[in-house]
Amino acid sequence: MSNFMNTGKNPRQKQRERADTRFRLYGLTALGLAMAFLVFFFIDIIGQAIPAFHVTEVKVTVHYSDAVKSNYNKAIDHKLRRIVSRGWLRALPAQLKAHPDMIGTSAELWVPTDSRVDQYIKGHDGNGLKPKYQHIVDAMQKDGRVRQVFNTGFFTSGDSKLPEQAGILAAAVGSVFTLLLTMLVAVPIGVMTAIYLEEFAEDSKLTRLIEVNINNLAAIPSILYGLLGLAIFINFMGVPRSSALAGGLTLALMTLPIIIIATRAALRAVPESIREAAYGLGASSLQTVWHHVLPLAMPGILTGSIIGLAQAMGETAPLIIIGMMAYIPEPPTSILDAATVLPAQVYTWSTESLHGYTERTAAGILVLLTVLLSLNAIAVTLRNRMQQHW
Amino acid sequence: MPTEHTIKRFEGELNDLKEKILEMGGLVEKAIKRSINSLLKHDTDRAHKVIERESNINDLELEIDEMTRTILALRQPAASDLRFVITSIKLVTDLERMGDLAEGIAEKMLETRDHPLIQINSLQSLSDLVLVQLKLSLDAFSRYDIEAAAQCIEGDKKVNTMYKAMQREYLTYMIEDPRQITAGLIATNIAKNLERIGDHAVNVAEMVIYMVKGYEVRHIGRKAAAAIVRGESAPK
Amino acid sequence: MSTEKNNQLENKITVRDLKLWYGDFQALNGLDLDILEGKVTAFIGPSGCGKSTFLRTLNRMNDRIPSCRVEGEILLDGTDIYAPEVDVVQLRTHVGMVFQKPNPFPKSIYENIAYAPRIHSLVNDGPEMDELVETSLRKASIWNEVKDKLQQPGTALSGGQQQRLCIARTIAVQPDVILMDEPCSALDPIATAKIEELMDELKQEYTIVIVTHNMQQAARVSDYTAYFYLGDLIEFADTHTIFTAPTHQKTEDYITGRFG
Repeated sequence: MSNFMNTGKNPRQKQRERADTRFRLYGLTALGLAMAFLVFFFIDIIGQAIPAFHVTEVKVTVHYSDAVKSNYNKAIDHKLRRIVSRGWLRALPAQLKAHPDMIGTSAELWVPTDSRVDQYIKGHDGNGLKPKYQHIVDAMQKDGRVRQVFNTGFFTSGDSKLPEQAGILAAAVGSVFTLLLTMLVAVPIGVMTAIYLEEFAEDSKLTRLIEVNINNLAAIPSILYGLLGLAIFINFMGVPRSSALAGGLTLALMTLPIIIIATRAALRAVPESIREAAYGLGASSLQTVWHHVLPLAMPGILTGSIIGLAQAMGETAPLIIIGMMAYIPEPPTSILDAATVLPAQVYTWSTESLHGYTERTAAGILVLLTVLLSLNAIAVTLRNRMQQHW
Repeated sequence: MPTEHTIKRFEGELNDLKEKILEMGGLVEKAIKRSINSLLKHDTDRAHKVIERESNINDLELEIDEMTRTILALRQPAASDLRFVITSIKLVTDLERMGDLAEGIAEKMLETRDHPLIQINSLQSLSDLVLVQLKLSLDAFSRYDIEAAAQCIEGDKKVNTMYKAMQREYLTYMIEDPRQITAGLIATNIAKNLERIGDHAVNVAEMVIYMVKGYEVRHIGRKAAAAIVRGESAPK
Repeated sequence: MSTEKNNQLENKITVRDLKLWYGDFQALNGLDLDILEGKVTAFIGPSGCGKSTFLRTLNRMNDRIPSCRVEGEILLDGTDIYAPEVDVVQLRTHVGMVFQKPNPFPKSIYENIAYAPRIHSLVNDGPEMDELVETSLRKASIWNEVKDKLQQPGTALSGGQQQRLCIARTIAVQPDVILMDEPCSALDPIATAKIEELMDELKQEYTIVIVTHNMQQAARVSDYTAYFYLGDLIEFADTHTIFTAPTHQKTEDYITGRFG
C-alpha cells in the first residue's frame, strides 16, 4: 500500500528518472544545434555583408577637357584609369553635355574606385588587381588619397555589371510592387474565401473537397505556381513577362492557400458562443460576421496574411519561371515594367564570381532578412496588441 | 418501490426509515395488545410493562424525526420520495399517539383492581377490530397496498358503530346498577381510547394513499375515499 | 393535458405536433405544448432528451444547423414562426435567448447592451440609448454593480454578472419571450440564486422558458415543468404536481433520481 512512501529509491524509479533526464538532454542538444546553426549563419552573413556597406574612394584630379566627351578615359591620368570606377568615368560625357560650362575646368574629387581596388583595400586579393596598380594604390593610401565611405549607392542604384555600382534599389522597388499586388489580390480573395467556407458554406462533400485541396495547395512546391502563373497570366492573359504584375499575381496564387488556412483557423478560434449571442439578438449573418467574428479573428487573419506575404517576399522559385530572375538595372516605374525582386537579386549576385558581388549578396540577404524579420515582428505585435480575451 | 435509486445511500436511508417506522408500528401494536390482554387476564404486570415501554415508542419517534429531517435537508426528496418522507413524518405522530392511548388503557386497567369490569366481551371484540384496523394500515404502508388502506378507511365505520353500541350498553348497566358507574366509566374510557386508536389507523391509511397515489382522500368521507382509491371516481 | 386549468391564461406559444430531424435522426417526436404568458416554464430531462433542441426551435436558432428539419406548428401569439414569410431576425427580437455559458461580446458593457437596439434601429444613439442601457441593466439587477464602469469590457465581470449582463442585453430589444438554455450551469450558488431571483421579477413582463439540468432549480423557479425523454414530451404540468405527484413513471423515476 505505502510503497510510494519508501525512502530508498527503487530501481524502477531510478531508471525512470534517468530516462527523463536523457529525454531532456536530447531536447537540449537539438535546441543547441539549431541555435548554433543560426548563430553561425548570422555571423557569417553579417561578417560578409558589413564590408559591402562601405566603398573605397580615391582622390583624383579630374580634367573636364573637350576630349572627354568622346573618350571619358581622358578625364584622368592614364595610370589611374584602372583604379577609378569605369562606371563613374562612363557617366562623365553625359555630365559634360548637360553642363557645357564645366568644359576646360579641372577639379580634385573623391571618386569611387574600381571594385578590384575596393576589394584590395578591404584586404582581399583584389580579384587579380595587377601588382603595378597595387603599388599605385599603396602610394595613394600613403598620401591620404584613399578613404572608405558609406555605400549609399547600394541603396540608390539598381543592378550593374560593375560590382562597385551594383545596388538593390531596382530589386527593392520590384519587391514592393510585386508584394503590394500580391497583398491586394491574395488578402481580400483569401479572407473572403475563408469567411465563406467557415461561416456560410454548408458542410457538403464539395466544400470538404475544396478544403482538402486548399490544404494540399499550401503544400505543393512553389515552382509549380511559377508554371501555373506562366500558363495563366503570361501565356493566356497576356501579362508582360518579367513584370511585377505577373510576379504579384503568381505569388498571390501561392499565398492564397496560406491566407485561407490562417483565416479559417482564426475564424474557427472565435468561440461559437459569440456567434450564438449575435444571432440570438437578431443579428443577420453579415452583421454577425462583420461586427463580431471578424474583429475577433482580425489578429489571426493579419498574422496569417503577413506571414504569407513574408513567405511570398522571400520566394524565388516561381519567379524564375516567369522571368523575374533577370538583370534589371533600372527600378520599374509601373507594374508592367520588367522587374526583379530582392531574393532574385540576391540569387543573381550569388552566381557572379567577382568578390564585390559576393559581399553584395550577403548585404542583400541581410536587407531581405531585416525586412522579413520586421514583417514577422509586426505580425507578432499586431497579434499581441489586438488579441481580445473572452 | 419499483426501481432503485441511482444514489445507493439515499436508497438505504429511505429503507432504514421505512424499517424504523414499521418497527415503531410493531411496538405500538404490541403495546395495544398487551394493554388489552392485561385487562382481559387481569394481569397488572402486563399493564406495568406497557407503561414502562411507552418510552421506547417515544424514543423511536425522536429517532425517526431525526432521520426524516436529515433526508429532507440532505437529499431534497421529490415526487414519491417526498411523499414517502412527508407520510413518515405524519405517521410517526399518529403512531406515537396510539402508543399514548395504549398506555392510557394500561393505566385504566390498573384502576380496575378496585372496580372489576363487567361485560368484558364487548371490549374484547372492539379491541380485536381496532387491532385489525391497525394491522391493515401498517400493511398498507409496508406494501404500498392501497386496497388495504381503503379497507381500513371503510372498517372505521364498524369501529364507530361498535363503540356507540358499547357506550349504550355500559350506560344501561350504569343506570341499572349505580355501583357499577365507576367500572362503567373506566370501560367506556378504554373503549374511547380504542376508538381513537382506530381513528389514528385511518389517518395512517389515508396518508398511505397519498404516499402511493399522490392525491388526498382526507376529510371527504369514507365512501368517497374508497371510491377514489378503487378508481370509481376521480380525485379532486 | 392541462387545458381546463389554463382557460383564464393566455397561450404565448402553442406547439402542435412538432417533429424535428437532424439528417435522418429524429430528435423530437411530435410535441404538443402550451407555454403560458407571464409564466416560467422549465424543460427538464436527461442529456440528449431534446429539451435544448426544442428550446432552440422556439426562436429558430436551429436554423443554423443545415441538416436540421422541422415539421409541425409553433405559434407565437397565433402566428406560425416557421411560416415562409417570417423574418427570423424579427422573430429573434421577440424571442430572446440567454445561453449556457455567459457570452458577453468582448466590448464595453455599454456596447453589449446597445448593440442589438442599434442594429434594429430601436432607439437613436445618445440620451435615448443611454436611457435604454440603464433601464435594461436595471431590469437585469446589475445596474448598481456596473453603473460606474459602463465603458469597461463586459468580459471583465464575474461569471454571474456576465450572465446578468447577457440577460440585460436580451431585455434591451424588448422581447416577449426569453429563452434560457441552462443559464446557471456555469455559475456558483450565489450567482445562481441572483439569476433565479431575477427570473422571478422578469416574469412580470416576460414569458420565460428555461432548460435546466438542475431539477431543484426547475422546482424553484418555474410555474410549469415539462419532462422530456428521448425526444418525447413525457409529462407537462404545473411544477407543483411534477415535483410532488407526477403522473408518469418515467417522470417519477427521473425526479426522484432513479433514472438509468
